[in-house]
Amino acid sequence: MSKIRVVQYINQFFAQIGGEEKADIPAELREGPVGPGLAFNQAWGEEAEVVATIICGDSYFNENLEKAQAEVLEMVKSQNPDLFIAGPAFNAGRYGVACGTIAKAVQDNLNIPVLTGMYAENPGADMFKKDVYIVSTKNSAAGMRDAVKTMAPFALKLAKHEAIGASCEEGYMPNGIRVNLFEKERGSARAVKMLLAKLNNKPYTTEFPMPSFDRVAPNPAVKDMAHATVALCTSGGIVPHGNPDHIESSSASKYGEYDIEGVMDLTAENWETAHGGYDPVYANEDADRVLPVDILREMEKSGRIGKLHRYFYTTVGNGTAVASSKAFAAEYAQKLKADGVDCVIMTST
Amino acid sequence: MKKLELGNILIHDVQFSNEGSKVENGVLYVNKEEICKIALEDENIASCEVFLARPGESVRITPVKDVIEPRVKVEGKGGIFPGWIAKVDTVGEGRTHVLKGAAVVTTGKIVGFQEGIIDMSGPGADYTPFSKTNNVVVKMEPVEGLKQHEHEYALRIAGFKIACFLGELGRNVTPDEVKTYEFDNIVESAAKYPNLPRVAYVQMLQSQGLLHDTYVYGVDAKKTLTTIITPTEVMDGAIVSGNCVSSCDKNPTYVHMNNPVVTDLFEQHGKTLNFVGMIITNENVYLADKERSSNWSAKLAKYLGCDGVIISQEGFGNPDTDLIMNTKKIEAEGIKTVIITDEYAGRDGKSQSLADADPSADAVVTGGNANQVIVLPPMETVYGHLEFVDTIAGGSANNIDAHGNITVEIQAITGATNETGFNYLSAR
Amino acid sequence: MVKEIERAGLPVVHICTVTPISMTVGANRIVPAIAIPHPLGNPALTMEEEKVIRRKIVETALEALETEVDDQTIFDVKY
Repeated sequence: MSKIRVVQYINQFFAQIGGEEKADIPAELREGPVGPGLAFNQAWGEEAEVVATIICGDSYFNENLEKAQAEVLEMVKSQNPDLFIAGPAFNAGRYGVACGTIAKAVQDNLNIPVLTGMYAENPGADMFKKDVYIVSTKNSAAGMRDAVKTMAPFALKLAKHEAIGASCEEGYMPNGIRVNLFEKERGSARAVKMLLAKLNNKPYTTEFPMPSFDRVAPNPAVKDMAHATVALCTSGGIVPHGNPDHIESSSASKYGEYDIEGVMDLTAENWETAHGGYDPVYANEDADRVLPVDILREMEKSGRIGKLHRYFYTTVGNGTAVASSKAFAAEYAQKLKADGVDCVIMTST
Repeated sequence: MKKLELGNILIHDVQFSNEGSKVENGVLYVNKEEICKIALEDENIASCEVFLARPGESVRITPVKDVIEPRVKVEGKGGIFPGWIAKVDTVGEGRTHVLKGAAVVTTGKIVGFQEGIIDMSGPGADYTPFSKTNNVVVKMEPVEGLKQHEHEYALRIAGFKIACFLGELGRNVTPDEVKTYEFDNIVESAAKYPNLPRVAYVQMLQSQGLLHDTYVYGVDAKKTLTTIITPTEVMDGAIVSGNCVSSCDKNPTYVHMNNPVVTDLFEQHGKTLNFVGMIITNENVYLADKERSSNWSAKLAKYLGCDGVIISQEGFGNPDTDLIMNTKKIEAEGIKTVIITDEYAGRDGKSQSLADADPSADAVVTGGNANQVIVLPPMETVYGHLEFVDTIAGGSANNIDAHGNITVEIQAITGATNETGFNYLSAR
Repeated sequence: MVKEIERAGLPVVHICTVTPISMTVGANRIVPAIAIPHPLGNPALTMEEEKVIRRKIVETALEALETEVDDQTIFDVKY
């Protein structure tokens, strides 16, 4: 088997051209490894090698972003590599940003695996850790040996398209994608250790950093409810009896759209819940307890609302990924808009 | 001072026997007729079969309802499973014998939507703690027309009775090891360990209705106020499970009896911390209950003079709110928390893991992403009913391929992402 | 999900039991419900009594949709 072909991107400093005074040199392609590439080659042995190195000044890259990107991309492409490595950049800010930018560009445009490395507080880390794999390194070039130790085997995995383990196993910065792993200690023992650290004001790392949620501004109120079309939606899994579309009781892969034209009341004979996360007895006895069709029909008749929309949309919230629920709702919201619905009542269990 | 001795009789094999059931040289001999007779005492149970499943065998058990450890009280007040099998005497003192390495696993027609899978070998076995126990599998079918609640109840009680029957076999056997758990009252322990941080365990009990209930001394946990229990009481079966849906993160009775937070806190008690007690609280479906129960958790944690607590959740979805309420309110009392939960981050791991969140929850242990997909190869033998795999949580329609491979999310596997920290799985 | 509907430009009211989750995920108009297994009902009551409660919750939801809000707002049902 031939060696895995790697192209590496480094800055003027690691190419030993110079420091800040040489930061404006344009991108240049050299055959074979330069600087850190030698350490990578050594780590890989017969498995992979740096076939070319691209050297670019940090100021040049950041001040001529579009142009420099295009030039570097062209150079990478000319080498037809299996893998692209940028850096490691350690704590050099502009170098880190350049590494993240070019790694992402190579991944997006050339569709080959990419890897970079930098210190956690390098501004490039926060900017790009969700886009490309960034190995966490020490804050100075003195950490090169450790960086290569982590990056070299991880790079091989990426180049071979092997399954990638959790961030703590592979050494990359958490990228928001949750990956399971088996720990050496059971959860309770880890909890006791973490608590002792927290009580003694010692450092510890949470296994799940709390997320922040985005917000959407409220839409204006409905001016004329008596002539408005009101739609009903639910995450309580109300479906026609027998669950004709086989919506899963948990972790649902689809949503339901059901016609309630002429339905005055959700009776036990015709409607039920597919939701597995709560005691279904009450919803099965009378689905209006989850989706108040009976009351909205009454209000339609009395003129309190204009009309109840002909279709309702239903999902099972139980264990269903937020991203799926979001996609379902985004899709049927467009249908509701197209159908001229004025407002929505969403019920959840 | 309270003291409970657990005498572990190490069981390394289970065998059928035509004579009376017995424990001999680390082997549990089981007489099928004796087990079935106990199950069929209940007129709501129409049929009963008994199977054995050992670690490494090509066996799948599904749908799994409960897993129970055989124990017997040999000294001290009360008996195992107070409020169910024994009277309601306070337990947790004296001596209890344990058939360590054995378990009763109940199965049979599905009660609701979702019950568990235990594979004794193959990739699925890595995810369930109960592939490592020698299991007495009891398959029971209800009489025709039995309502869901009664169906669940009948099988639950039968499981306890059978576990107690087997536990009784260890009464006069000399244990291979004896573990002693000593527990002082708060005055004594404060005097004994004045310089150690005071730590309590807050256990959240699933209490959301059918197949989502937990019982304390026979009382349905949803009808309880947050209260204090001695950690040794749970070792005698004071808390039992009535839930198994999305069984990856529900506590079978076995987990309550072997609560790992209790054991691991005892391990550190008197050395690095002072384990002052255990608070049990519920996860009800009414908002006012959630508010009240979490208020009481915080109040009791403060009352016990805690410096820190470990909070364990059971389940997911709306109980994430109970978890966050408990954390927020306990942290607001100046008490440091570590929480144990699990995640529903989607099959690709890219989704929001929890339904609720708060910055005060800054020390989290996770049991892993329950949405992770796993392919379970066919097993030579299935105890129970494979046809329900479509409808259990984590399953989906047509998820068995032509070769018999089952594609499910690990949320279908009993104990996979357990939130008392019973398992080794995690996520980053 | 509520947020996606809001994002599409439709005013939406979220009737749910666990209002803290609704707040965390970012619904803007929120009406508290009865209980998780029966948000708009109460099996302890007669069907007629249940309907009275359900009507009140739905009416509150409609009023919420008719009310301009700048921020996340919980509209309590007057029983």
